[in-house]
Amino acid sequence: MSVLIYAENAAGKFKKSTFEAVSYAKAIAAQNNTNLIAISIGDVANEELAALGKYGAEKVLNVSNEKLKNFINQAYASVIAEAAKANGADIVVLSNSFSGRGLAPRLGVKLQAGVADGAVALPEQNGGKLTVKKTAFSGKAFATVELTSANKVIALTPNSYKVVEGGSAAPVEVFNAEAKASDFKEMIKDIVRSTDKVSLPDAEIVVSAGRGMKGPENWGMIEELANLLGAATACSKPVSDAGWRPHEEHVGQTGIAVSPNLYIAIGISGAIQHLAGISSSKVIVVINKDAEAPFFKVADYGIVGDAFEVLPKLIAAVKEYKASA
Amino acid sequence: MSKILVCISNVPDTTTKITFTDNNTQFNTNGVQFILNPYDEIALARAIELTDGGKGSVTVINVGEANTEATIRKALAIGAADAVRINARPQDAWYVAYQIAEYVKANPFDLILTGRESIDYNGSKVAGMLGELLDIPSVSIIKKLDATDSEATVEREIEGGKEVLTIPFPFVAGCAEGVAEPKIPNMRGIMSARTKPLTVVEAVEVQTLSQIISYETPPPRGQVNLVPAEDPAKLVDLLHTQARVI
Repeated sequence: MSVLIYAENAAGKFKKSTFEAVSYAKAIAAQNNTNLIAISIGDVANEELAALGKYGAEKVLNVSNEKLKNFINQAYASVIAEAAKANGADIVVLSNSFSGRGLAPRLGVKLQAGVADGAVALPEQNGGKLTVKKTAFSGKAFATVELTSANKVIALTPNSYKVVEGGSAAPVEVFNAEAKASDFKEMIKDIVRSTDKVSLPDAEIVVSAGRGMKGPENWGMIEELANLLGAATACSKPVSDAGWRPHEEHVGQTGIAVSPNLYIAIGISGAIQHLAGISSSKVIVVINKDAEAPFFKVADYGIVGDAFEVLPKLIAAVKEYKASA
Repeated sequence: MSKILVCISNVPDTTTKITFTDNNTQFNTNGVQFILNPYDEIALARAIELTDGGKGSVTVINVGEANTEATIRKALAIGAADAVRINARPQDAWYVAYQIAEYVKANPFDLILTGRESIDYNGSKVAGMLGELLDIPSVSIIKKLDATDSEATVEREIEGGKEVLTIPFPFVAGCAEGVAEPKIPNMRGIMSARTKPLTVVEAVEVQTLSQIISYETPPPRGQVNLVPAEDPAKLVDLLHTQARVI
C-alpha cells in the first residue's frame, strides 16, 4: 500500500497546484500510515524533482524520455498506472487541472478505480471505503462521494488545499516506463503559452469584469489592476458571447469555475449562473453602480459606484499600497 | 469522416436553485426544469457542422430513463439524425461510460464527442473513460475542432495557453466553448424530430465504483461591508489588514 501523486509540470517547472496536490497526498498517506511516492513525467531538472520532498514526497520517480517530453494523455495515463502497480499504490492523487481531467478517468479505468474529481477537502477513511467532498452543481453545492473500489483516484481542485512545507529533499529514481506505440496517436503540432499571464484556474486573485465596462476598449483598466495585483483576468458570459474577451476567460456555470483567495467583480450584476462559478472564492469584492445588483448579496466587500470613476482611484490606491509595502 | 456520436446528458436548468431532500441525500427534482447539458449542445452543434451537406451523420446517445426523452428529442430537433437511449438511471461516470462503450463496440463511430463536463456533477470523466474502454485517444477539453477525412486538428486548453494536436480517427473529445455556437432548433427541425428514430437499448450489468452519499450547500456569507465609492484606498486597506488577501 502506498499513495502515488502525479506531479504535473508546466514547461519543466512545478506549479503551486502541484505542491498543493503533493501536500494533500502526503496528508492522505499519513491517514493511511503509508508512504508517498511522486511521479514526474517530462523534462524536469533533478533539483526541482528532489524539491518535491519538501512537500512530503518520500521518493520521486522520474520518467524522462524524448517520446514523453510533452503531455500525451493516453501515454501518460499508461505510465502513471504502471508506476502505481509497480509501487503497490492503491490511491493515486493528481491535480484537477486541464491535463488532470484527462488523466483521472483513464487511470480510473486502467486501475478499476472509483474517481473523485474536483475534490475540495481531505478524504475520510471508512474501512476500505473513502469519502471525498467535491464540488457539484457548478459550485452551487458540494457532494460527498464514496469510492467503493479497492483502488482510488482523487483529483484535487486548485486552491482548495494549502501548501504544507516541512520535509527535506527526496531521492530521485529513474522510472523506466514503456508506453505502447498505440498510446502515441496524438501528434502535438504547437504549444502556445502566454508566459506573462496568470493562469485563471490556478490564480489566487482574479479581476473579473462584465457588461458594465461598456466595451472591450475599456479593458485596459481591468488589465492594469490585474497586473498590479498579480491576478488573472476573467469575464462574465455576455462579455465572452459578445466577443469582447476570449471564451477561456469566461467564469461561471458554463465557463470556468474558480476558487481564488480574492475575486473582484467589476460591472457584473451577479446572475445565478455566474455566481455558481465563483462561489468557492474565499473573499469576494463587488464594484457595481446598481446597489440592488444580486452580487452584493454574496460579496464580502462592496463599492456602489460607477466603475469608470472607482477604478482609476482603486488603481491609484493599489499603487500606493504597493509602494509602501 | 462519416459517423459521429454525441453523448448527451439531461441536467437541471442553469437557473435552478439547488436543494436536497431525505436528510440531504437526494437532489430535489421537484419543480426543476431539465435541459440538454450546455456543453453537450456545443458538441452537437459542431458535429452537425462537420457533417453538413451529406458528409456524414450524427447520432446522439443518452444513458437515462424514459423521462430524458424530451431532451433527446431536442437534440434530434437541433439536427441529429437518430438517437439511442440506454435505458438505465445514470449512476457514476464509470457506469455511464461503460454502457456507451458497450454500444460503440457493437456500433463503431469515427468520432465521439461529449461536453467538457456536465453542469450537475461537474464530472469530466466520461470522455476519458470512453477513450480508455475503447483503447482510442481522448482529449479532455477542446476549444476548437477541424477535420479532414482521416484526422482532426484540435486545440486543447492548457494552463496559461493552448496546445494544437492532430489526432487520427477514431477518438473521443470533450468540447468546451469556442468549438461551436449552440444551434436553436427551427420549426422544421422540431417537426421532423418527432419521427426520427430513437432506439431504446437495455443496459448491461456493471458494478459502480463510486456513489454520492450526501450533499450540502455552501454556508451563507455574512453581510457585505460597503466602502464609500470615493475612498477605494479604504478597500485596499481592508483587503490587506482584515481579509489578508493582498
